Amino acid sequence: MKLMLKTTVSLGVLCLTAGAAFADCGIEGAGSVRILSNDFEALRLINTTAGECATDGLTVTANATAEHKNLQVPALSINPAEYTVAVVANNSIVPLLNDDLIRPLDDLVAKYGQDLQPNQLIKIDGKVMAIAFMGNAQHLFYRKDILDAAGVAAPTSYEDMLAAAKAIKDAGLMDYPLAASVKPGWDLAAEFVNSYLGTGAEFFAPGSAELAIDNENGLKVLEIMRAMTEYMDPDYLTFDANGILAEYEAGNTAMMNEWGSLAGNALDGEGAAEGVVENTVLAAAPTIGGGSIPAVALWWDGFTIAKNVSDEDAAASFQAMVHGISPEMVAANPAVATWLVAGYEPGPAAVGVIATATGGARAYPMQPYMGLLHTALSSELAEYMAGTEDAAQALADVKAAYDTAAKEGGYL
Amino acid sequence: MPHKTFFAFILPSLIAMVLFIALPIVSVVVQSFHVEHQRVLVEVENCQPFGGCTTEVRVDTAAMAKIRAEQPMGMFNGLGTYFNRGHLAVAEVGAILSNNAGFGDAVSRIYNLPFYKALSFTLVFCFVVTPLAMVLGFTIALAVNAVPRAIKGPVIFFSLLPMIITPLIGSLILYWMIQSNGIIGATLQNIFDDPTLSLRQSPALTWGSLLFYGVWTNAPFSFVVFYAGLQTVPGDTLESAMIDGASRWERIRYVIIPHLAPLATFVALVQLMDNFRVFEPIVGFSAESNATSLSWLIFNDLSGDSQLFGSAGATSVITIIGVVILLSPVLVRTWREFNHKVV
Repeated sequence: MKLMLKTTVSLGVLCLTAGAAFADCGIEGAGSVRILSNDFEALRLINTTAGECATDGLTVTANATAEHKNLQVPALSINPAEYTVAVVANNSIVPLLNDDLIRPLDDLVAKYGQDLQPNQLIKIDGKVMAIAFMGNAQHLFYRKDILDAAGVAAPTSYEDMLAAAKAIKDAGLMDYPLAASVKPGWDLAAEFVNSYLGTGAEFFAPGSAELAIDNENGLKVLEIMRAMTEYMDPDYLTFDANGILAEYEAGNTAMMNEWGSLAGNALDGEGAAEGVVENTVLAAAPTIGGGSIPAVALWWDGFTIAKNVSDEDAAASFQAMVHGISPEMVAANPAVATWLVAGYEPGPAAVGVIATATGGARAYPMQPYMGLLHTALSSELAEYMAGTEDAAQALADVKAAYDTAAKEGGYL
Repeated sequence: MPHKTFFAFILPSLIAMVLFIALPIVSVVVQSFHVEHQRVLVEVENCQPFGGCTTEVRVDTAAMAKIRAEQPMGMFNGLGTYFNRGHLAVAEVGAILSNNAGFGDAVSRIYNLPFYKALSFTLVFCFVVTPLAMVLGFTIALAVNAVPRAIKGPVIFFSLLPMIITPLIGSLILYWMIQSNGIIGATLQNIFDDPTLSLRQSPALTWGSLLFYGVWTNAPFSFVVFYAGLQTVPGDTLESAMIDGASRWERIRYVIIPHLAPLATFVALVQLMDNFRVFEPIVGFSAESNATSLSWLIFNDLSGDSQLFGSAGATSVITIIGVVILLSPVLVRTWREFNHKVV
């Protein structure tokens, strides 16, 4: 056992030093870089690339975990912080901002950020708080062959999707032509947020935490969400994003809104039924209710630097992460994500996200109380989607649950 | 044993119990009386890759840090959290009771409140699963006791499997089996000739699956305890019963069951307590839309983008009170028996 441990450790050190031999990040001095991130391919790639910066005096470690949201606040609250870098998205940066746990990066950007583009800088109150490196969004995946066989044109709105689904079902091509990730919890709430953003309306009254979704836009969104379920597998309430991808790859569904970051998996053909991959078309997310923008939230992923670490560690961390998202890394891995980095040439898997962004989709809201609304939506919409409650009651329940939570959270 | 020796003897475990059980419970109780401070909000300019710069609301962290330094526990809220809509919903229930369209309407509207929805399933789970699992466990124990010695070992091992498997994994296994393309789900669709039949979709069938899983996973505990108890049944009494012409059923009814009755009390106590904290099957079965439990409410408060510690604390305290109420009949009986013996 001990021997095995030794071997593992020395192998690990060997890998790190071997990486350092090839890379030249030019980080001076000693220090420690400790990265906390979510766990998907693009982020693991960045963590590995940042790991190349390790030298004799500089250690680079990374913890890629799906539990990052639960870890980040306690881990960055202590002094010195457990992690020097927290990789975040629109929503997960908010708890860090609320508790003042990340530092402004303006000095570091000026000193080490020559490769960064202006639109990568997330500025809050004039200060750079995060560096974005990739974009993501749910968007439309559809089967061209099925739509052609049913004689319908490519859908651009939810209303088109419903009409196309009816045509496919009537033609007997598929029993369940639609799929959506409406599993109660984070996914179901995200579906509502997506569609509601497409109506152009705001979630909150301007400048306050007062909820404003109890209106005809909210009702319209719910009505369409339920209308879609008529063409979905009866188990729809247990499908999350990975679940509908599996259904799609198995050839059971013709149209779905799925994450751009999973487009690579959908197109690689692994585990897919015959005819699925070559007939898959990626397009912008559909519009809703005659709106003009894709009804979906745009997301960015970026990195932040902890406040409770030494300036040396912060500088080393910043440089290591800038190396991790360098144009060279992106040029070598164009298919992994929709990068926001200079010199990125979009591959076939990025078409949908780019079409959605250029269509003018809105970003996922960053208000400090948005997380509370997301939680309220995630549990209160379940009964409506199951068909045991009407839309007005569902919206009233969401408002009541949100008000209770927002009062407890000190926002109302 | 002199009191002093006895005290010295249990002191280490007493300290451990205070440190690891009593103090955390006190901290949860204190937490449940507090909510977050009123946030100081400011409007600032916010720029990001999509949509450019907009004015958005932010928390004024400097002002908040000052308030927090003065009162680190948060704002005192008394029993406010206990009575709000997320918990006992006193105001909502009052409004429903004073203005409703009949009994059915009142019940369905109260069931729509998250706490009462969770409580209903928790109680049903407790009172359906506990007796059924005990009966099943007792039956298995009787059966195993009767099999030949040579195959007893393997039979016991297989009977214990549901308890050996991690609850979450066990529930996932059953969950996959009842999917429409799983072995049970597909068979049911075939038998009832209904391709849309889904055990995961209808509330009643979801409850049924969860209760079935509960009995399956809880039976081995009853089995182990009852099987151990069966080994202590006095052979003389059984033999004399046989000589008197008692059938197998009569021996079970008049010799074995009375002998095991105190054990049954113990098993019921432990199982009720366990089942009141039902959580894993709800997550494993993705059953949140049809069934929630008190433990799931706590989990829901603490996961996600924003955590509500006061709310989770209040639900935890209510859970503890619930366990005490459930156990009180048994505890009172044990107490009376104890006093009786002393006298």
